[in-house]
Amino acid sequence: MWPEASRIRIFMLFPGAEVIHLCSQCHDYPCVASCPVNALSVDKDTLAVKVDREKCISCGKCIDVCPGNIPFLHPGDNKATICDLCDGDPECVKVCREARFDALWLLKQPRQWAEGNLNRKLFAQKPEDLTKDIAENIYGEKAKELV
Amino acid sequence: MPRGYAGKILDIDLSNDKIKDITISEEVLKNYVGGRGLAARILWDRLGKKWQNVDPLGPENLFITLTGPMTAIHPGARVCITGKSPQSNGIIGSTCSGEFPSELKCAGYDGVIVSGKAEKPVYILVTDDKAEIRDAKKVWGTESPETIRILNKEVREELSKRHPKIGVWKEPGMIYCGPAGENRVRTAAVLQKVSHAAGYGGYGAVMGSKNLKAIVAKGRKPLPDVASPSAVRLLWREVDRRLCNREREWPTVHGTGYGGYETAARSSSEPIRNWQEEWHDEKGFGGPKFDYRHWVKRCWSDFNCAGSCMKLAIVKAGPYKGAFTDDPDYELQAYCGPNLGIFEPDKCIYMSALVDYLGFSGINGPNTFAFAAELYQRGILTKRDIGFELTWGDVEAFEKLARKIVKREGIGDVLAEGTYRAALKISEMKGVDATKYAVHVKGVEIGAHGTRSGEDYNPIGYACSPQCGDHTSGVYDAYRDMGSVFSDSAVICSFVQDWELTWDYYRAITGWETTQEEWNRVLGPRIMQIQRAALLLGGPDIVWNPAVHDDNPPRWYEPLPSGPYKGKTTDKKVVEEQKQQFYKAIGWDENGIPKSEILKKLGLEDVDKALEKIRK
Repeated sequence: MWPEASRIRIFMLFPGAEVIHLCSQCHDYPCVASCPVNALSVDKDTLAVKVDREKCISCGKCIDVCPGNIPFLHPGDNKATICDLCDGDPECVKVCREARFDALWLLKQPRQWAEGNLNRKLFAQKPEDLTKDIAENIYGEKAKELV
Repeated sequence: MPRGYAGKILDIDLSNDKIKDITISEEVLKNYVGGRGLAARILWDRLGKKWQNVDPLGPENLFITLTGPMTAIHPGARVCITGKSPQSNGIIGSTCSGEFPSELKCAGYDGVIVSGKAEKPVYILVTDDKAEIRDAKKVWGTESPETIRILNKEVREELSKRHPKIGVWKEPGMIYCGPAGENRVRTAAVLQKVSHAAGYGGYGAVMGSKNLKAIVAKGRKPLPDVASPSAVRLLWREVDRRLCNREREWPTVHGTGYGGYETAARSSSEPIRNWQEEWHDEKGFGGPKFDYRHWVKRCWSDFNCAGSCMKLAIVKAGPYKGAFTDDPDYELQAYCGPNLGIFEPDKCIYMSALVDYLGFSGINGPNTFAFAAELYQRGILTKRDIGFELTWGDVEAFEKLARKIVKREGIGDVLAEGTYRAALKISEMKGVDATKYAVHVKGVEIGAHGTRSGEDYNPIGYACSPQCGDHTSGVYDAYRDMGSVFSDSAVICSFVQDWELTWDYYRAITGWETTQEEWNRVLGPRIMQIQRAALLLGGPDIVWNPAVHDDNPPRWYEPLPSGPYKGKTTDKKVVEEQKQQFYKAIGWDENGIPKSEILKKLGLEDVDKALEKIRK
């Protein structure tokens, strides 16, 4: 097991206000556009971002341009790491279902909706900003003292 | 290298700013595993010869924090905190859950041993293969939420500076002490998150005595390799299927948060007003009250566990608005509720939150508050002694008392020594016997499960345990008891542990052939013998006499005054009988001292030699 290698990262900058942080697949893919060596591409079927680990030069540009700084360099090979939806059959969904928590599920949309969906990019936020919102939702006014 | 282990332990001397890595031989690991067991061995090796003279709050004591081979690889990762206990003067393995142990193992370390005393407040930062001692000025004196906020920020900023390209750093894991620990209050805990505490043993005070505020760990490496990855994967899923799912009321759906009503109403074994009663039927203190009014999270777990025993309770309205804590867990429901004469969930949440923020153990600290309140009820302590009226149920008064203890002001300085030591002092001050109101076993305030009704804990569970008042490590027959020694040594949570699978799981991780029988007959007892020897040697301020102190507190021989078990009490004759049976089963003589032949058989010649002076 390798917690720091997980493409789904859960930030807990303050206990209780956990942030689930993973690629939200912006409709305009700023990360793909930023890559100087064309190591990033969009999967035709899932619309997920794929990383060619041979090509990646670990420059970190994709992290900087992501509105949520979501990608990270893998602690093993130091290459850009982004959720690839396990090619359309995500392991996270399977294990969550198996455990009967059903907190994760796969959303299926017609291609034309999925491609033009502007809302997804709104989820791409920095963990610190998301923490503030989630903390206020949970702790109310007190959140200001906590995060 | 043994599997399941990171392979190194940090050995830090704060007096001389020295940090080194040590390794433990496979032979020792196989025998003592980790956590409680390994710490007992390390403590004995380093302090055994001078045990009676080691002041638990002096620089010569060790503060030991250890994981085990199963930690973070089995659901329910915990860390075990030990040292010479400032409560029992023996060795207590005290565990708490959170992400610190997994971060530590990913950083390449199985544990940290801290000796000496820093000149000024410090914290230890452990990152991949490296440790450093850092200034803790900013967090000295801060309450728990503030400590977490500041340390998370500081460490993440520092790591981003060192490794600017790799992306956003996730928060580290940490253990820390609160203001109570800093001021060497003997009921102070070592905490993770806001309300996860290693409470028994008083190790928060040991941290404070070393000027050590926190140990922070961030590791980016994988968890250690296991001997059989495919077996571990299969077993993980099976443990998860059996124990971590929504079809289990306990712990997944209700956590322990329904116990505050149930333990009193059903089994009459919940402390009420310093254990003067153990039964109540206050339905307003029932689980649904906490659940519907206060729980904002119902499914919450630490890393690699879907057990979900944690809830998040917040008071949303009224004078206690803003207070937040865990369920509260049953122990805190009881100790910060009925045992202080509080029967309203929002007040109980407020008190639970307060003890967390100040860094008390939620069992031990409030046990002392209730002890003081009973002395006030009986006129032994007066308004003049305390500074205000200390009546049952008065949250504001208990808050004032808690803060006085933390600051060691006036009577607070006496009560900061824990219930038993305070009782001795007050007896002397007032010329009365206050020890009969002290509910403890060998200096350790007892968990919230009584023995009088006969429906909950067994009569010698606490009395003969080397963990004393610890409700998670009671003893019965010197065989089954070894289970908790194992959980504390492999360092996993007993809530998500299935004994049918535990040994296969252990073997799949370590590759060793250890069996349950071998553990229960040899390895577990060996650890218990070391703990027992340390406890009986004790010192320097208190030495226990098994004839007197292997017993329940006097209160537990008074008849229950109310409820369906009214009139019932713990039978002294049964206690004496079971005590002798237990002594015999575990290999102690009729005076409760481990027998020479048994110790020699277990290879503990050094322990045997040290006990000569008390055998006589």
